[in-house]
Amino acid sequence: MPFSISKDEVLETVRMLQTENLDIRTITMGINIMDCRAQNGEETGRRIFQKIVQFASQLVKVGDDIEKEYGIPIINKRISVTPVSIIADGFTVDEMVVIGRYLDRAAVEVGVNFIGGFSALVHKGFSRGDRALIEAIPETLATTARVCSSVNVATTKAGINMDAVCQMGEIIKKTAELTADRDGIGCAKLVVFCNAVEDNPFMAGAFHGVGEPESTLNIGVSGPGVVLSAVRNHPDVSLGHLANIIKNTAFKITRTGEMVGRIASKRLNVPFGIIDLSLAPTPAIGDSVADILESMGLERVGAHGSTAALAMLNDAIKKGGAMASSYVGGLSGAFIPVSEDQGMINAVVAGALNIEKLEAMTCVCSVGLDMIAIPGDTPAEIISAIIADEAAIGMINRKTTAVRLIPVPGKKVGDWVEFGGLLGHAPVMKVNENSPAQFIRRKGRIPAPIHSLNN
Amino acid sequence: MTTVEEVKKIIITVLGHDRVGIIAGISATLADKHINILDINQTILQGFFTMVMVCDITGSTIDIADLRGILKQKGQDMELQITVQHEDIFRYMHRI
Repeated sequence: MPFSISKDEVLETVRMLQTENLDIRTITMGINIMDCRAQNGEETGRRIFQKIVQFASQLVKVGDDIEKEYGIPIINKRISVTPVSIIADGFTVDEMVVIGRYLDRAAVEVGVNFIGGFSALVHKGFSRGDRALIEAIPETLATTARVCSSVNVATTKAGINMDAVCQMGEIIKKTAELTADRDGIGCAKLVVFCNAVEDNPFMAGAFHGVGEPESTLNIGVSGPGVVLSAVRNHPDVSLGHLANIIKNTAFKITRTGEMVGRIASKRLNVPFGIIDLSLAPTPAIGDSVADILESMGLERVGAHGSTAALAMLNDAIKKGGAMASSYVGGLSGAFIPVSEDQGMINAVVAGALNIEKLEAMTCVCSVGLDMIAIPGDTPAEIISAIIADEAAIGMINRKTTAVRLIPVPGKKVGDWVEFGGLLGHAPVMKVNENSPAQFIRRKGRIPAPIHSLNN
Repeated sequence: MTTVEEVKKIIITVLGHDRVGIIAGISATLADKHINILDINQTILQGFFTMVMVCDITGSTIDIADLRGILKQKGQDMELQITVQHEDIFRYMHRI
């Protein structure tokens, strides 16, 4: 038997690649930089730079080779490093900024478009390093192009650090102001997490967790277009049947990622970490999670029923994907960013989708309020309160949630912002303007929920 | 280019309106590059031509990316959509 795959199966694969935008969204190399610590920020930054270049010099080439050889687009090659607040603990804010610039230079040197790990984990409180890093975020994101930052402010086990939530509202505002000439793009590289995961390959929230090995390769697959096509081909089947179809499709998408991951891991001689099963939309037509939900039978995403549809989609993707890969991890679900998904944008413009409905949908999707532009004059307390709500959803539901909001300086509801490339464009959305200021200024910690006591 | 892992089989698909000389044209190109055809599955449905070829490229020095470029150009000349894929992707996607 020269080849055991049927003709229909061959044509199905070819169709996925040719017309349904099947691709590998990212190959992210995680690199431990704990051993790069030196006496000061400058020297530490230099060592980090050298280590990244040493480990990742072949990353882009190997990715490109696999893409050419196998005919599967590999859109992004990226790097994540150990949270900088840990290895740079004790340094000043200025030294943190210096390290951020070395990360940026390293990204340029090896040719990756983003590098994650300018991060702090403060779910229970701040170390000195955490404080310095968080204060360094606005300047770092304003003066670098490729550095991504994330701050974990809550976990199910620790509760919510409301001091951090309060501060992040101000940090987001300041980051937007320092990049006001570019519609506050600094904020597109800053994520606030609850239950952040250590092996997430997707930006802006990727970092190389402290429990990870020296180096690892994590793969983010994609394929909203493939799932969309499968759903569209079955307009009349019951939801149980549809869930099965989505599972089958997710399985096939994930197998492609598994193959690329194994080959890349072998060629780079770096252990294969995980596959992240997330359906990550792009601004390309047809590459939209919103379109999938609409093709399930909603007139517009945002309509009542959207949360149920998303819940089923998310679960079916996990089930199909989990069967397809030896190691599944990261965020694994469906992303619902606004600016990166044309269907979401259309729904916002049509008045069908608002921030409250998006918040409800984040209870069942893989991450959270993502890439949402809000008016530039939104007070920091309101941003903090949005973060607190998302963190509460994550904490109570034992899932990762995140907030990536862009308070666009000088823009009002209905104005447009243009970030370009994968970050897309978006209309500025309305937020509830009633003040949560007194609640946010109480600060302190929201205790961990009762179900965290599971030992 | 780096050597392909162990197996050296590729799958070529051809889609388009039927006309004289499709198989002849493509197989001439493959023969020219020392590529051995192992299997052909071809159908015509209402004038629409579909073909899946399994080929062995062990004896060829050309790399898949270059072959893809050549056949893509050939496809444009003959108004056909031609794809070239490593067989592993099909194995991974449809079999465990």
